[in-house]
Amino acid sequence: MTRDDGTLQRTRRRFLLETAALAGATGIVLPLAVEQSSATPASMHAAIRNVVGEAPLKKGKVKIDVPALIENGNAVPLTVSCESPMTQDDHVKAIHVFTEKNPQPNVIGAGFGPRAGRASFSTRIRLADTQKVVAVAQMSDGSFWSDEVEVVVTLAACLEGS
Amino acid sequence: MARALINAPAKAKRGEVIEIKTLISHVMETGFRPDSTGKPVPRDIITEFTCKYNGEEIFRAELFPAIAANPFLTFFTVAGESGTLSFEWTGDNGFTAAESVNITVE
Amino acid sequence: MTRAAAAVFMLAALGAAAAAADIPFSERKSGYDFMARETRAMQDDDSANPATLWVLDGETLWQRKEGSAGKSCADCHGDAGTSMKGVAARYPAFNAVRGRPVDLEQRINMCRTQQQRATPLAFESKELLALTAYIGEQSRGMPIDIADDARIRPFLEAGRAMFIERQGQLNLACAQCHDDNWGQKLAGAAIPQGHPTGYPLYRLEWQTLGSLQRRLRNCLFGMRAVSYPYGASELVDLELYLMWRARGMPVETPAVRP
Repeated sequence: MTRDDGTLQRTRRRFLLETAALAGATGIVLPLAVEQSSATPASMHAAIRNVVGEAPLKKGKVKIDVPALIENGNAVPLTVSCESPMTQDDHVKAIHVFTEKNPQPNVIGAGFGPRAGRASFSTRIRLADTQKVVAVAQMSDGSFWSDEVEVVVTLAACLEGS
Repeated sequence: MARALINAPAKAKRGEVIEIKTLISHVMETGFRPDSTGKPVPRDIITEFTCKYNGEEIFRAELFPAIAANPFLTFFTVAGESGTLSFEWTGDNGFTAAESVNITVE
Repeated sequence: MTRAAAAVFMLAALGAAAAAADIPFSERKSGYDFMARETRAMQDDDSANPATLWVLDGETLWQRKEGSAGKSCADCHGDAGTSMKGVAARYPAFNAVRGRPVDLEQRINMCRTQQQRATPLAFESKELLALTAYIGEQSRGMPIDIADDARIRPFLEAGRAMFIERQGQLNLACAQCHDDNWGQKLAGAAIPQGHPTGYPLYRLEWQTLGSLQRRLRNCLFGMRAVSYPYGASELVDLELYLMWRARGMPVETPAVRP
């Protein structure tokens, strides 16, 4: 079992395993798990400022595509695209993705040349918990655009005692 | 040597935007996970990926521990001329892997 | 225990077993059918399915000369696309030498020790998973076809007994989840019918490829039941019963599951 946030996640999962097994056997509703410690919205904003600097961050142009409800946080399909003609004069230079509650806010930084043709990429990411995912696009004119989505991560019921 | 898999069209029309899919075997150990004794397992991830088209960089990515094991990356390029798409992954503990495919542009 | 109490106990025990009614053939579903669209898409596209990396490794291993005999799988079996077509769909299968059924992993290791004169590969080793995935893929789309063979019947019965008997600290039977409550949710995850149509498969929870035995050990752990070491006859009997229970369903190897 690999979870980004180590021990606390394991403890929580073990707890969930027991309650899940009980819920399965007796029909008891799951109690809410205790909130774990993790990266914070503040550390995510610091990571974003690291990329954007003092420039204003506007909403729009860039779009995150991720399922609203996740079966397993170990491999969450993510696509990020940005509107752009992708010409030498007007193109997307980079798209950065951040999360709020993973142990580290950075997820990926993608760089595009004008010959990319389309400012879009897909990958699979780890989400330690239900949280906000933010994408920031950097344009060739120096402007920054962002999008954010809330993703709900459910935990698998049958876990392994590794 | 890590196994990598590239899916890109072997043929394309000039000016066509084509999708390139890449997959590579790698544990992407986060560095945040404890081993059975409680000590964190050292981080072991791919940190950089680049794709070049006839030597010109068209896409690059900096990867962090939040990228899932066996990293999957897809992106696009414009078919310009026939030639080679080359791919390179580098990472912790001196990890490197390279792959290339040919493309014919008509 | 009085005779009356013993009778009540017996009735309760029979009741527990009787509740585990087999799923009618027309209602059988693969774990694939319970997955989210995105996870299905991962299985449907070989270039997005991480298990493909193991299949490619298996293809290389198939050609590699091994052991003191210096033979590759291909030296005896030729093109796997022909010789291995439908093979994985028939395993576990009865092995006359061992006098009992063996699963595909065990069969590969018998080839290694007897034909190649090489050391057996460890269960869940990258190499054994790769070869099993490569051989398994040659049966993709073909119906699971466990032979109706009198010699396997006692082992099939043993596997079935293990499936329907309550066990472990939670006093659960496999059948209570996978025959009686499939389609329900367990902590947000759908309970599948437990048909092993796609092993070895890439499980997102594992972040790697794994065998059916790994999954069964995983289930037994979840039930707080006695687990068995890899290769144990109990696990192979259960594998046999599950494959028989899934007979006719198409092989999906190498599948993806959450």
